[in-house]
Amino acid sequence: MTSAIVRTAIVSLRRDRAALALSFLLPVVFFSIFAVIFGGRRDATPKVKVIVVDEDRSRVSQRLVQGLMQEGSLVVKTRPQPVKGTEQPEYTAATAEVAVKEGTAPVAVIIPHGFSERPISFGPAEAGRPAIQLLEDSSDSVAPQMITGLLQKVALTSLPDLMAEQGSKYFDQFAGGLTPEQRDRLNEGIRRLGERQESGVATSGSRNGGIVAVTARAVVGENKNNPMVSFYAAAIGVMFLLFTASSAAGALLDEAESGTLDRVLSSRVTLTSLMLGKLVFNSLLAFSQLVLMFLWGWAVFRLDFWSHIPGFIVMGVCTAVAVAAFGMLLASICHTRAQLGALSTLLILIMSSIGGSMFPRFLMPEAMQKAGLLTINAWAIDGFTKIFWRDEPISHLWPQVLVLAGIAIALFAVARRVARRWEFA
Amino acid sequence: MFPASATKSEPSLRINALVKRFGSVTAVDGVTLELHEGECLGLLGPNGAGKSTLIRNIVGRVVPDGGTISVFGARADSTAARNALGWVPQELALYPRLTCRENLQAFGRYHGLSGAQLAKAVERCLGWATLSDRAGELVKNLSGGMKRRLNMSAGLIHAPKLVLMDEPTVGVDPQSRNHIFEMIEKLHDEGMSIIYTTHYMEEAERLCDRIAIIDHGKIIAQGTHAELVQGAFGSRSQVLARFSGADERVAAWVAEHGGTAVDGVAEFSVEHPAEIGSLLEAFAKAGFELLDVSLRRPNLESVFLHLTGRELRD
Repeated sequence: MTSAIVRTAIVSLRRDRAALALSFLLPVVFFSIFAVIFGGRRDATPKVKVIVVDEDRSRVSQRLVQGLMQEGSLVVKTRPQPVKGTEQPEYTAATAEVAVKEGTAPVAVIIPHGFSERPISFGPAEAGRPAIQLLEDSSDSVAPQMITGLLQKVALTSLPDLMAEQGSKYFDQFAGGLTPEQRDRLNEGIRRLGERQESGVATSGSRNGGIVAVTARAVVGENKNNPMVSFYAAAIGVMFLLFTASSAAGALLDEAESGTLDRVLSSRVTLTSLMLGKLVFNSLLAFSQLVLMFLWGWAVFRLDFWSHIPGFIVMGVCTAVAVAAFGMLLASICHTRAQLGALSTLLILIMSSIGGSMFPRFLMPEAMQKAGLLTINAWAIDGFTKIFWRDEPISHLWPQVLVLAGIAIALFAVARRVARRWEFA
Repeated sequence: MFPASATKSEPSLRINALVKRFGSVTAVDGVTLELHEGECLGLLGPNGAGKSTLIRNIVGRVVPDGGTISVFGARADSTAARNALGWVPQELALYPRLTCRENLQAFGRYHGLSGAQLAKAVERCLGWATLSDRAGELVKNLSGGMKRRLNMSAGLIHAPKLVLMDEPTVGVDPQSRNHIFEMIEKLHDEGMSIIYTTHYMEEAERLCDRIAIIDHGKIIAQGTHAELVQGAFGSRSQVLARFSGADERVAAWVAEHGGTAVDGVAEFSVEHPAEIGSLLEAFAKAGFELLDVSLRRPNLESVFLHLTGRELRD
């Protein structure tokens, strides 16, 4: 008897492609995505972008910059990307701060004037000593910590002569100094260390802290009450918007199955006007959901909602229309509710995982970050982050607005085309 | 209640040589029909005969492969035709989470009604379907018969001049069916042009002025009930006889004597009732044991059987 039940269930499952996809395809896809992100594939280890501004322009500071450039885990940028083939001027402290605010890099390293006069020291920080300044985007909690550590490491490996010189000063101060002969030999050794370093011969050194003075300042999110709430309001919001929009668009399938769609289309209503009506409704529904998410964030998690209303409306409308069009396309492609449920679950979870709804994209490998740009999630989250995190003006939203509007138009056009099967038999 | 005002010169509906194929299947095969103003035409045929496809062609939901359809002189896909046509689909094409009134309002708006005109149309339809007291009830909570009546009302919300009813009594109990018949008779009395599809000959006989019998996508006969019977049987009557014994032997004997045998019942047609005597004598000579015998005037079922060799509900 049990075997008969098992056999019936197996046959049913084998013929239910939607259930098969959810049972076997989705877990494998998800496993692969997470493995790529967190599994530490060697060829996909994320590199941290860092902007470096050398105000000191000394031999010492240049060696430090060279040391940072040689770090395999960093992508060091000293000037913006060329515009139309024209080389751009090097970053200054001011332009680097703007770049961090715009999200070009999560951290900028400013080597100040006079750094070479007292580049390193052992023991507690000395007053008045020029310190390297880190300008941080505090939405990325990993990169600034990493840069701070690497600066110390690079100081050890790229400035050994200065460390030896500083050591001799301490020896002079606390041990009564060297004999003239010892002094000459030490100076010769320090000179050779400097030459060897400048000639590019690598030296190794262990990590230590506090050799170079570093001060950090958050230039993004420094005044936020609850920094990650706006990110997650957008990230989680978009994912659920996609689910809701797909489910709402499924009303088309219900109406087609019940014959209501036929009856409606036999009246003055055309398929285009019917689908536009559904698109408008589903967009309003999605926008209402976003409003609820952000109001909840404001009420419970102290999200700064009210001072970002115009930007929220722009991004909210674009996101809502894009997800509504996405839902319409899925509903048009599918023939039954069951198909729609399976396909939407599969696509939305994949889109959400690579698009940044489940974890920030800056934690992902470069290739996956680029792949994320194929999703509605990534563009929507980027737009909301610009408003709520970086406090950027609405005019800076044009890439997100254009892409989301383009996605909405393209998806709706394809949905309308596919839906021709409902128009006439 | 529902204004019907066609011009006298133009038929409500004219279909000429209509063809519709789905792949290798010809669902509608050269149908030619006319419906006159105020007439109720029954499309009688078994399931799969092409009735619904024909209706969907008329209402513009199916693009024909050949032939023409005009509604009050206008092309079937024109706005004028859409306004003149009302369609009651076989499915319960309603919004289950809306109330009766909200459903009628929605379909009224889809037909361009608004304001007082819409409100008046909704009340009229609720009254016609005797659902005024259930106007605020969600459709999903209605009984099957009520849903059917509302389904019909929704097809008439814009006061069409011609209504196409596609098996509106499917799945309803006899009492509700009678209620629906009365609603249709009321429409008919008011002069509405109606096409009514069914595979129940009793419905066609009761409601329709003329009947077109459709099978395999073709109209195989049309006329009034009397004309169809007269055309198939003339003035002859039918003798139905039931025997005991081997079916094959009975069937062979019946065929040899000019009759047909279906499900153990032999059927002969006779010009005069007196011919029954000689038939009974022949039965006895053949050695069959006669269980019962009856004489009846042919009906639409008989006509269909006569024309196709099959029963309506095959």
